[in-house]
Amino acid sequence: MNYDAAISKYDPVFGIEVHVELTTRTKMFCPAPNPAFDNTAENLKNPNTMTTPVSLGLPGALPVLNRQAVEYAIMIGLALNCEIAPVSVFSRKNYFYPDLTKNFQTSQYDLPTCINGYLDVELEDGEVFRVEIERAHLEEDAGKNTHIGGENGRIHGADYSLVDYNRAGVPLVEIVTRPVFNTGKRAPEVAAAYVRSLRDIFKALGVSRAQMERGNVRADVNLSLSPKSSGTLGTRTETKNVNSFNAIALAMQYEITRQADLLDASKKILQETRHWHEDTKSTSAGRPKSDADDYRYFPEPDLLPLKIDSAWVERVRSMLPEMPAERKKRLQAEYNYTDLEMRDVVNAGALDVIEETVKAGASTSGARKWWMTSLANYASTSSLTLDEIAQRVITPQQVAELQALIDFGEINDKIARTVLDAVIAHEGNPKEIVKKRGLKVVSDDSALIAAIQDAFARLPNAKEDIANGNAGAAGPIIGMVMKATKGQANGSRVRELILQKAAK
Amino acid sequence: MKMNLAADLIKCTAYELAEKLASGQVRAREIVDAYLAQIEKLDDKLNAYIVTTPESARLVADHVDLAVEKFELKRAALEEVGTWKATKVLGENCSVAVDDKGELHPLAGIPVAVKDVVVTKGIQTTAGSKILEDWIPPYDATLVKKLKYAGMPILGKTNMDEFAMGSSTEHSAYGDTRNPWDFERIPGGSGGGSAAAVGAFEAPLAIGTDTGGSIRQPAAVTGTVGVKPTYGAVSRYGLVALASSLDQAGPVAKTVLDAALLQDIIQDYDPHDSTSLAVARTNTASALAGARGGLEGAKIGVIKELNGGDVEGFAPLVKKQFDEVVEKLKSAGALITEVSLPHVEYALGAYYLIMPSEASSNLAKFDGVRYGQRVSGQTAEKMMCNTRGEKLGDEVKRRIILGTYALSSGYYDAYYATAQKVRTLIIQDFENAFKQVDVLISPSTPTVAFKFGDKLANPLAMYLNDITTIPANLAGIPGMSIPGGLAEDDLPMGIQLLSSARNDGKLYEVGAALEKVLPKLSVAREVSLL
Repeated sequence: MNYDAAISKYDPVFGIEVHVELTTRTKMFCPAPNPAFDNTAENLKNPNTMTTPVSLGLPGALPVLNRQAVEYAIMIGLALNCEIAPVSVFSRKNYFYPDLTKNFQTSQYDLPTCINGYLDVELEDGEVFRVEIERAHLEEDAGKNTHIGGENGRIHGADYSLVDYNRAGVPLVEIVTRPVFNTGKRAPEVAAAYVRSLRDIFKALGVSRAQMERGNVRADVNLSLSPKSSGTLGTRTETKNVNSFNAIALAMQYEITRQADLLDASKKILQETRHWHEDTKSTSAGRPKSDADDYRYFPEPDLLPLKIDSAWVERVRSMLPEMPAERKKRLQAEYNYTDLEMRDVVNAGALDVIEETVKAGASTSGARKWWMTSLANYASTSSLTLDEIAQRVITPQQVAELQALIDFGEINDKIARTVLDAVIAHEGNPKEIVKKRGLKVVSDDSALIAAIQDAFARLPNAKEDIANGNAGAAGPIIGMVMKATKGQANGSRVRELILQKAAK
Repeated sequence: MKMNLAADLIKCTAYELAEKLASGQVRAREIVDAYLAQIEKLDDKLNAYIVTTPESARLVADHVDLAVEKFELKRAALEEVGTWKATKVLGENCSVAVDDKGELHPLAGIPVAVKDVVVTKGIQTTAGSKILEDWIPPYDATLVKKLKYAGMPILGKTNMDEFAMGSSTEHSAYGDTRNPWDFERIPGGSGGGSAAAVGAFEAPLAIGTDTGGSIRQPAAVTGTVGVKPTYGAVSRYGLVALASSLDQAGPVAKTVLDAALLQDIIQDYDPHDSTSLAVARTNTASALAGARGGLEGAKIGVIKELNGGDVEGFAPLVKKQFDEVVEKLKSAGALITEVSLPHVEYALGAYYLIMPSEASSNLAKFDGVRYGQRVSGQTAEKMMCNTRGEKLGDEVKRRIILGTYALSSGYYDAYYATAQKVRTLIIQDFENAFKQVDVLISPSTPTVAFKFGDKLANPLAMYLNDITTIPANLAGIPGMSIPGGLAEDDLPMGIQLLSSARNDGKLYEVGAALEKVLPKLSVAREVSLL
């Protein structure tokens, strides 16, 4: 069954769990350096170097809660319109696994720090969906197992396994949505846009590096189908670790059609975790999951209940930076962009670089022009994001400088594109390049007038036509002048002078 | 300098040794050598130690002697034990520290034995279990750091029931420890090693841990003093956890004053332990005041439910001895009343749900993956099962199973959650009691030391031995056991004193006064002094 057919028969219901690694300096419960603080840390390459007795789970070691992690969780909660619980409690989730140093994970369970929030998610065409958030809670990450000798690094058939505890104890906030209904055909888009919005919020808050490709943000997608207007819920599957926006949408589409096929064939959907495969764009069955998984949760006796008074919450609230949605509204008004222009800018991921370019002195239309045309083209041919281009290829300051040269009439658009190519080729700043290559617009009127007179002499009829009010006759003259000045003339000035001279 | 007979030295209390050290009558090295000689002579039979550390003990003693003799460092006065704070260690390879006045700790050079459940950097720490055999920790427990800063040589690690589960030290993977009063009998547990070491003059002081009575019960049956401080008063960082909400480290000593000295060394707020408390270190001052002041007007409550009369399992002579001690208190001017703790009868039941529940989770980390012993298997899971199956003892498995069951979904509310509610009621019982009296009193244990094997086949009978000590752990209040004389078979029995949380000083005050009016025990029968 194809996707549209599936959607015509079934309503998808989904829920998303997002784990975000916090960029505290140290780990959740000990002073070991946090690898999520600096993704490029040298130590990361050396397994089991970012540890203490606590994060290794040595006998006798005790956890002490990282205050900064709590503050980041409050920030995330407030940004997601959550209530901040005055008392929350860490519990132990007990299960045996080699990457878990204590064979229990310390996590909030029945009393999480943030509850009952929501996030309004805007799709590319501007339609808005509200995603309700059940909870956002703090927990610690586990280490990483590497299986050697098996197929595709899987545990099955492996000769042996290695464990690296550098990641063990990295502070995480897990954000859990309520089931999302009534998104119909657009469910995959809503899911992807929701995670993208979260990512933008984490970045704006500065609580995480928020790089999906680094695993700083990880999403699990729960999905079930219910027959159209039946009012009954289906059995759900949970697709784990879907780690790009595109993959989230694709994984959901895949699960929707897969489940629809099963239901149509009157087969049972197994409640299970599934794995997403980026290469085949499909999911496969993982371990069966039942609600009877017994983690024997109980309150962590080594930690006190976490008390957050309203003074703390208000202090954090007062320090919250502007949220991405508000910022978008503000900048659209300030920049005087139409809805369509703004949407294009946002969808192209150009808002940050445009803002930087405007801050560096460019006009809002000028900044948009560069980033949405020449540089957008460069982005697609070079497979770099605009952010990466701004970091590595041409800075917003350089773009602003380029635009300023145009605005002051020093160069024209055509020269500007040449200059841009030179900046991209790392030849220097626009001003330097203009100087070095002698690319200045000819703005010396006497040189232009000489060229105009020369052209008039070669096309005497044109001068007469212009004098008689046929402005179109100026075209060939302009062309001749531009040719004579090697394209470095200011076009509008040339036109002015032609009209003046013809009139005499 | 006088010559000291080793036998004379090991008979001294820690306080007396500190005085001798302060006046230059003895060197730290002589003291350590005397105790090492007693260990050498006796411990093959007694088995109080799992491992001894003579070389490092002598080294620390030499450092202290060097500091005093060559570098002419002063010792702080004994009264300053509650305020002395390490500010600088003497050298890179010397853990002995001085305070801001440049003075050594008053107990510098006095050796101590440490229960093997306490993590010691570079010294094997087994917690009495095969699964941790040969594990050499890379860090020191907070309390061990404090002992090292104070310049106290560590004589070795003492024997214990595996992971502190037991009341007899019969559950150690390293053999039984014997009772210094009768080698056929148990020394109590789980801290039988620490109590036996002090009782047999193999250490002047020892560190114990008490989850349900593991300091007080061994102290009672070996004729020593043992104190479980207020929960949180001594850092738990570096104690191999049994039950996190109940565990507390404390001193074992010959006298109340000695116990106070040791508690004042190890007690402190610790930022590494989230449940740590800041409690003023006034225990030594309180013990000295109590010994001077006597018992006149002290408000003492006899616990109705634990007075030995109405409760099953109390030995007649223990009861009789207890009643005599109460009479002595009265004649010394104490105001004795009977106080009821109506919910204390549920304490044992609540304890045997909470303790195994926490233990089942705390002990999950012993899986062969990261440290300690490993028994191989085809998969990681099988390796874990094989390791735990072979290397954990029966009593440990019994409690893990109990706790796993009690925490299971569907049973949690009936067991763990209900036990926590009982715990709250017991806390309230004590709060009400301490509105009426300063200190509560009971026998420390229902019986004197039983014989090896007596209760091994019947775990419930073993658990019942803790009925008197458990309520203090559930309530987080401090408890002390001091020798109350001899009972059945001329074996020691203990008197337990309890006070309100953070009021450890009150225990030391009343305990030191009571100690004065009680007859002093002779040297334990199986022990000869060098």
